[in-house]
Amino acid sequence: MSHTIALTVNGERYRLDVAAHHTLLQVLREQLVLTGTKNGCEAGECGACAVLITWPGAERAEPVNSCMVLAPEADGAEIVTIEGLIHDDQLDPLQQAFLATGATQCGFCTPGIVVNARALLDRNPDPTETEIREALVGNLCRCTGYIRIIEAVKMAARVGREVVG
Amino acid sequence: MQPFDYVVPKSHAEASALLVEGAGIVRPLMGGTDLLIRMRGGFVRPERVIDLKGLPGMCDIRPGEQGWLVVGAACTMNQVALHPLVQQHYDLLAQACNAVASYQLRNRATVGGNICNASPAADTAPALYCLDALLEICGPGGARRAPIAEFFLGPGKTALRPGEFLTAIHLPPAPTDACGVFSKLGRTKIGDISMVSAAVLVDYGLPIADFGFTETRTSHTRQSTIRHVRITLGAVGPTPLRATEAEAALALDPSPEGVKRAADLAAAAARPIDDIRASAAYRRAMVAVLVRRGIEAALAPSSSVLRPASAGGAA
Repeated sequence: MSHTIALTVNGERYRLDVAAHHTLLQVLREQLVLTGTKNGCEAGECGACAVLITWPGAERAEPVNSCMVLAPEADGAEIVTIEGLIHDDQLDPLQQAFLATGATQCGFCTPGIVVNARALLDRNPDPTETEIREALVGNLCRCTGYIRIIEAVKMAARVGREVVG
Repeated sequence: MQPFDYVVPKSHAEASALLVEGAGIVRPLMGGTDLLIRMRGGFVRPERVIDLKGLPGMCDIRPGEQGWLVVGAACTMNQVALHPLVQQHYDLLAQACNAVASYQLRNRATVGGNICNASPAADTAPALYCLDALLEICGPGGARRAPIAEFFLGPGKTALRPGEFLTAIHLPPAPTDACGVFSKLGRTKIGDISMVSAAVLVDYGLPIADFGFTETRTSHTRQSTIRHVRITLGAVGPTPLRATEAEAALALDPSPEGVKRAADLAAAAARPIDDIRASAAYRRAMVAVLVRRGIEAALAPSSSVLRPASAGGAA
């Protein structure tokens, strides 16, 4: 069964016909060809498909695993994917921090982690290491051992506070 | 996933009429964190998925009558855990919600879905047992309420009848000086499904005159005034289990020996099985540890200072 949904992705408004049994992840990757968002476990465990979503009527964007959202459920929502974190050709401070600290190896988990960490810093600009680890518990990385990822989030938080201050 | 229709009912009656066809044909959808995985794996193949989140009140948390709190069944774990009234009066439930999976999954997973899946390992269940939650159920015959302990019938089995669905969780006024502690053990420190969990709720019932002497109050003073104890175990039986003998033992004797005895009685009340996550023997042994630590934390003199639940009155 097909549904027509209206949604905003990275500032662009779309009207799309989606299948009821497809997920938001499939819509992003296969219909909009925004392949930055990765398909890992499709079970809500790995976090590679994390995107920011502002539900209709909600005040702020929250991270969700896009494999856990049915396409028709996304009607009226505002989505930001990893591609949407770049502004005026400038990388997000988190993306820069990932580069600077070498927090990426194969890169498959990176978009989900950056998106989820962005949400963390938006709600808590000065997280402790424990808070960073707790926030990223649903993002699995099989290469890095996480240490540099955590360093990158700390660095981005510092940069963010300096910019605001 | 196998194709299905996605239906958004406009009223409780319509939802009920749709769901009456039964689990082979229709499935209710809340957060989808269990249903989507089961559909993807082909374990369930519904023709229609009924999204209940849009029905009035399903996503609201509001004060009820006479100091009760009403939590809509489709409220997400994060929504519940971050709500000021939950944090103030039902910290035990906030702890349990925060113990589920990861932050971004808690933005999808709902408290009602956690209950209706009836997994013995459902983390919010032991907390809701301790808080004496009443479940509001809507069905073809209208609305009814059932105590949570009568709702869980076995793994994946609930007291929901054909066409019925959960609409809200009603929490009675919290005991005035209650301190609750939820603890769980998974294969990882955080984020995993519980292989054992335990919720402990202790109400000291301290005379009001005792307030203001928190620092000098001895543990003996505190322990002698216990008037309400709840201990519920998760993932060690076909349903969550109240450890009533352990509760009674602690109420009678909250000395360190009494705490140990209560923990041992809780372990004796467990009915664990061997499975992929842990052995029955390990689970039983860990029940004693989690319950002992939970009671100790709830009785610790500092807990009334740290936990907002004990500072105010009922909801």
